[in-house]
Amino acid sequence: METLSSLADGFAIALTWQNIGLALLGCFLGTIMGALPGLGPSNGVAILIPLAFTLGLAATPSLILLTSVYYGAMYGGRISSILLNIPGDEPAMMTCLDGYPMAKKGMAGEALSLSGISSFVGAFFATWGLILLAPQLVKIALLFGPAEYFALFALAFMTLGGVSSTNQAKSAFAAALGLGFAMIGVDTQTGVPRFTFGEVHLYDGLDFLVAIVGLFALSEVFIFLENRHGEASAKGKTIVIGRLTPPLSMLKACTPTMLRSSFVGFIAGVLPGAGASLGSFLSYSLEKRMVDKDGTFGTGDPRGVAAPEAGNNAAAGGALVPMLALGVPGSGTTAVLLAVLLSLNITPGPLLFANNPDVVWGLIAALFIANFMLLALNIPMVGIFTRLLLVPPRVLMPIVAMVSFVGIYGISGSSFDLLVMIGFGLLGWVLRKFDVPLVPIILGTLLGNAMENNLRRAITIDNGNWWTLIDSPLAIGLWVVAIIGFILPLFFARKVKSGMQRGDAEGSIKD
Amino acid sequence: MSDRIFGVFGVLLAIGFAIAASLIQESFLSDAVGPKAFPYIIAAILGLSSAVIALRPDPEPIWPPLGQLIEILAAAVVMILYAQLLPVAGFVIATAFAAAYLSWRLGSTILGACLTGVGTSVGIYVVFHLVLGLSLARGPLGF
Repeated sequence: METLSSLADGFAIALTWQNIGLALLGCFLGTIMGALPGLGPSNGVAILIPLAFTLGLAATPSLILLTSVYYGAMYGGRISSILLNIPGDEPAMMTCLDGYPMAKKGMAGEALSLSGISSFVGAFFATWGLILLAPQLVKIALLFGPAEYFALFALAFMTLGGVSSTNQAKSAFAAALGLGFAMIGVDTQTGVPRFTFGEVHLYDGLDFLVAIVGLFALSEVFIFLENRHGEASAKGKTIVIGRLTPPLSMLKACTPTMLRSSFVGFIAGVLPGAGASLGSFLSYSLEKRMVDKDGTFGTGDPRGVAAPEAGNNAAAGGALVPMLALGVPGSGTTAVLLAVLLSLNITPGPLLFANNPDVVWGLIAALFIANFMLLALNIPMVGIFTRLLLVPPRVLMPIVAMVSFVGIYGISGSSFDLLVMIGFGLLGWVLRKFDVPLVPIILGTLLGNAMENNLRRAITIDNGNWWTLIDSPLAIGLWVVAIIGFILPLFFARKVKSGMQRGDAEGSIKD
Repeated sequence: MSDRIFGVFGVLLAIGFAIAASLIQESFLSDAVGPKAFPYIIAAILGLSSAVIALRPDPEPIWPPLGQLIEILAAAVVMILYAQLLPVAGFVIATAFAAAYLSWRLGSTILGACLTGVGTSVGIYVVFHLVLGLSLARGPLGF
């Protein structure tokens, strides 16, 4: 009951003209970014964060804008999967398997609208899941002391690698690198400069927004520069879209699939380190095993379109649960959203629900609103987005690069930050070549200081006794989960990954 | 081979990081842990994971031919020049050049690239500066 009244308050906050406008803008931009191959949700949100700040938006409106982009990108990814057989972003990969065959059979319109509805169902249930689960998680999180938080951060890093890379050593490397970046600057507890090498610009530390935009957006530009000759351009394929409403019988046949996939996707999203790609993969494989009796999956079975789309959108909602309730994101894009919160001086975690209920519930209400908007945008207006797919990378990528520069320059007005961003762009390109996941770097840069502070606080409280880190059952439990989460993928990750990859090269940006 | 070089580089980075950490001047007012301990832990993880990468390398990544590598470096140089010249030349001119260069290298014709450059620059100027009121770098001509 309390939840419902909080939700009603949230709607009161979200239903202002400004917020509705921002949600609509976010949904629209997000769908475009999701649909365009090469611009995924993490890129899209990363580019827009600096802009949200420089425009001087308050906390709730900026979050509404950016989470609408997030949800929108999850919807948008399917469009190019279905029409062009090129996933618009990583979670949409599984949608290619049945979406493109459907389009080839002349059922593109049905596939688009059915996947739109599945996305809606997935996101809708996941938002309810978020409402029900997050407050429960908060209750547990309130029992956490500094030692438990330190263990929780370690858990986030150790499990994140499992799904985002085939090589655990590389994800550990990425996490340590990110943590190392976070150490740059003046030490918050004793005030001594660390790793600044006398450069005054570095005393404040590296701005993680600069790192995020460089690693995600600029490295993408470099990837395109490298691959431009082999680029399969989107032009020249005109597919007849056909009717934009799925027949009722098809909807009926897909309903159980959607519901099951929403549930599976949501759980995958909540688990640390999994994220939307795993959500859509698990839903698809589960459905294939459960209902594919005639072997029609992979040849344009509508259920094969509904399952991954419901799964990835549900996972997108699920990934918000640990991010909001614990301050530990479960996926790449939620890591970027965490950067938004931190830059707005809002510390996510249990206190967020107590101190800033307006932000939390306004955000949740906005998610519902955005979801309905996306359904409206994506079914009748899908034609607009299909036309936008024809924008070639040679026009798109310069715009992406320049908007990134504008955003970062707008925050600080300093050329130094732009240089750092270019450095991160090159670094991101090199690391992606080596198949080093980028998300742990971002997470390390974001959480490094909080992690260190909790470590030092825990040990200081216990008069310098390091054993205090594994002193409570809760902390031991977290460490056990962390270690299992790190070791299990050593045996299973390759199997799951090879199912997910389908020979796609740009695997470092997950989500 | 690439992974071995990468791993060795990572180990060196970890050693460098540990040395830099040991040079941190401790304040007389320090907590029980101090500012060095956590960086040491990070250096240890960095070094260990790099060693594993060097000892158990993945299959060779596909490196681009030299031409493409130069392409990327050239783009980075253009971006650096852009960052430096932004306050000097002003936003619109600098951005038009940078965007035109990128568009040209991504496969536009010269004319198409110029149009993309000018379009991007003016478009961003109109949307972000005139409509949304974001402050952009101002050149001698006032834009």
